Amino acid sequence: MTCNDLHPYFDDELDVAHAAEFEQHLNQCAECTAALERMRAVRVAIRQHAPYYRKPAARRSIPIWIGLAAAACLAAVFVLRPGAGSPLDDEVVTAHLRSLQASHLIDVASSDRHTVKPWFTGKLDFAPEVIQPSGFDLLGGRLDYLQGRPVAALVYQRRKHTINVFTWPGGADHAPQADSRQGFHILHWNRAGMHWWAISDASPDDLRALAGEIR
Amino acid sequence: MEHALLPHLDAAHNLARWLLGSPHDAEDAVQDACLRALTFFDGFHGEDGRAWLLAIVRNTCYDWLRKKKRLVALDDVATPADCAPGPELQQLQAADRALVRQSIERLPAEYREVIVLREIEGMAYKQIARVIDAPIGTVMSRLARGRKRLVELLGAVK
Repeated sequence: MTCNDLHPYFDDELDVAHAAEFEQHLNQCAECTAALERMRAVRVAIRQHAPYYRKPAARRSIPIWIGLAAAACLAAVFVLRPGAGSPLDDEVVTAHLRSLQASHLIDVASSDRHTVKPWFTGKLDFAPEVIQPSGFDLLGGRLDYLQGRPVAALVYQRRKHTINVFTWPGGADHAPQADSRQGFHILHWNRAGMHWWAISDASPDDLRALAGEIR
Repeated sequence: MEHALLPHLDAAHNLARWLLGSPHDAEDAVQDACLRALTFFDGFHGEDGRAWLLAIVRNTCYDWLRKKKRLVALDDVATPADCAPGPELQQLQAADRALVRQSIERLPAEYREVIVLREIEGMAYKQIARVIDAPIGTVMSRLARGRKRLVELLGAVK
């Protein structure tokens, strides 16, 4: 186990055993520790600031099938993500980044929902639904703020990807809608009068699987 | 066919734009790539559609760059000294939108594409290897060098 594993470790490409070995190496290698911190700072800078150049909506002279494809794509955008570009997307991304950056990911660290759920009592004006979905690790919960109100943030992990799930009361029921921002995937839905917003750098399929478990 | 391509048009455009630099060129290259994808659709066996399309987009972009002779060869780029002191973390954290964009743009294409695919597109090594048609070890070493350059570029301002 050497400094060579730094990048695969940083990119979640090591299996659990090798990752643990590398973490031991990290304890003894100041160079790797410093490099890791710099890489994290670069990653955060890129995810916060680098533009994601989406396909422009208006196209110049287009072959017919691409025109049809673009129309279908536009329709898909409307069906799948009317929330695209909403300010709440930005708020959720910011909250997610903040939670990862400031080592303030978790207020109550527990993989037991019977510990996490009661922790919110007295801190929120609602009781969030906390589940332990199969295939995801519950890391704990945190109090966060979105749209100027306190919300419950549930923190899950899947293959080393951290997933923040925000929930708070309000809104009309709607099916999951996907979006992506700055390299993060977002899935939000509303059920039984509760907003649910999940965000992560895990794959959209992982988020959908999580939503399926929560619903 | 459309089902395989449509979900990845944003990713296709993003990669083309980072490789070519101009929005118009990127748009044309993606159109070109989609037509190529249509032609070579027989070569798609339902595996990772995004990596498959991005590989075609990348090849298209490189053809364009070669035609315009704008491709910067890796050898022409000075490699940073190994023992260069790392910039302060605060400098990296203070990087703003313009600086981040310019720093990525200043990377040689070989580094830029892996950084874009990994950090912006969020792809795994295996998928990136498929896009750039290189072994995973190459993906890893280019990422390492690209990141090192980025640290220097982002940290190089007061």
